[in-house]
Amino acid sequence: MEPIYWTGLYVFLLACFVGFDTISKVPPILHTPLMSAANAISGVTILGAIIAGGRAGYTLATVLGFFAVVFATINVVGGYAVTDRMLQMFKKE
Amino acid sequence: MISQYIDIFYMTAAGLFIFGLKYLNHPETARKGNLLSMGAMLMAIIVTLLHHEVVSFGMVFVGLVVGAGAGLFWARVVKMTDMPQMVAVFNGFGGLASVLVGLSEIARLTPNFDHFTTIVLVLTLLIGGVTFSGSMIAFAKLQGLMGGSPILLPARHVVNAGLGVLVVVLGAALVASPGAWIFHVIITFIALALGVLLTIPIGGADMPVVISLLNSYSGLAVAMTGLVLSTPVLVTVGSLVGAAGLILTKIMCDGMNRSLVNVLFGGFGQESTGPAVPPEPMAEGEGPNVFTVDQAVEAMKNAKSVIVVPGYGLAAAQAQHAVREMADLLQKRGTDVKYAIHPVAGRMPGHMNVLLAEANVPYPQLFDMDDINDDFASTDVTIVIGANDVVNPGAKTNPQSPIYGMPVLNVEDSKQVLVLKRSMNPGFAGIDNELFLMENCAMVFGDAKATVNGFVQGLSSN
Repeated sequence: MEPIYWTGLYVFLLACFVGFDTISKVPPILHTPLMSAANAISGVTILGAIIAGGRAGYTLATVLGFFAVVFATINVVGGYAVTDRMLQMFKKE
Repeated sequence: MISQYIDIFYMTAAGLFIFGLKYLNHPETARKGNLLSMGAMLMAIIVTLLHHEVVSFGMVFVGLVVGAGAGLFWARVVKMTDMPQMVAVFNGFGGLASVLVGLSEIARLTPNFDHFTTIVLVLTLLIGGVTFSGSMIAFAKLQGLMGGSPILLPARHVVNAGLGVLVVVLGAALVASPGAWIFHVIITFIALALGVLLTIPIGGADMPVVISLLNSYSGLAVAMTGLVLSTPVLVTVGSLVGAAGLILTKIMCDGMNRSLVNVLFGGFGQESTGPAVPPEPMAEGEGPNVFTVDQAVEAMKNAKSVIVVPGYGLAAAQAQHAVREMADLLQKRGTDVKYAIHPVAGRMPGHMNVLLAEANVPYPQLFDMDDINDDFASTDVTIVIGANDVVNPGAKTNPQSPIYGMPVLNVEDSKQVLVLKRSMNPGFAGIDNELFLMENCAMVFGDAKATVNGFVQGLSSN
């Protein structure tokens, strides 16, 4: 992929504003699920991990990538599952 | 061929993540939002597996299966009171994954790095490393594997600053000679040490702030990884999470009326671990009013409106189910019941709401401090369970008080306040609470769960 340099930093800046705006509308009652959902989403490193671990051969790079896949998957799957478990408990009646 | 279009899927996923977070703004839509976000992640993972550089699937699948199994297992068995530790662990693993991806890129590409990539790689290792080790310390403190008191090493500020400078020097050396991979490794170890050193001086009671901040760091680490890999979806998502963590950090700091600098470097936040001491006998007319369970039940029976103010002590005593039963009985009598939740009730932002939701308290009965603070004046009975500093009127009236300026619940405005407490011990901040001596306040001493169960019996026996 082409390096993204400055474009990447612009994305960073703009996404920060979107983040502040979106998150500040979440009511305190849901702050714990919010945190654990955000946490799960931040496991998106898994995409980089899959590419790092899925390249040909058993080099140091792919082995490190494999461990990255393990930890990122725990983060993603565990994070979403526990968020869903919590959100299920919020009932109106 | 799908590789060419991979960015379309990544972009869609990024959009869906944002929508997913947006839906979290109401309990009604929140679950849908989380499922949407989950679907987006699944889609992104699948298209990544189809990426042309991904050719050996064996290890990747093993990694996915092992990770998914461990994640699902933990997510299912964790107790809701232990949620802060769980979030800390997952968070730490996210940071570790970023570090490993960064190291993998170093192992693959050294020395072919331009200056930009070198710098963002250093930031990935630094932020990811601090996130990982810091989260592990937070976990150990919250789980009770480590004492909750701040550990204050001599000259810690000098040591930390020295390590910080060292990272900058090594980073500069790497820009000059990108082949020196050993510097990357040293930076990783420094980052791990910094995470520990920065977290051990923070007291157990301040952990909610730390968890929020580490959450923010893990987002930043992802954003930096995205810059290293030139993957905009990582940059977008990382920034979103970074922003979320920062907002929650600020809310927690505001709730305690402390600055972030004070929380991180002040060495406060020691939890009181002293044994429960029976109330000291005071001279006639000087001590607080003390109610028996029966007297308290009588007050509740005559009330038209009741507000329950839960603190972490309620969860620690596992009394939330008993409280819900009590509320049900009161509602059957036609009494209006609400819960007033202070921003720092519990061990992480919003924790108390989850604990009450688990006990089947309907969420429309849960109110934030700002939404309910004016209602106390028109309330007959307020029941404070396991909370102390957040109901201390001294925070409003006594400039000498260490918590002066901290936002508190106006419980003293209600006609009758019942405070359930083990003893007259002050809270973790060790501050006297003048509420307890007020005329419209009565103490009900004893274990919170036993007392509330007493209320339940009293209310059901008519």
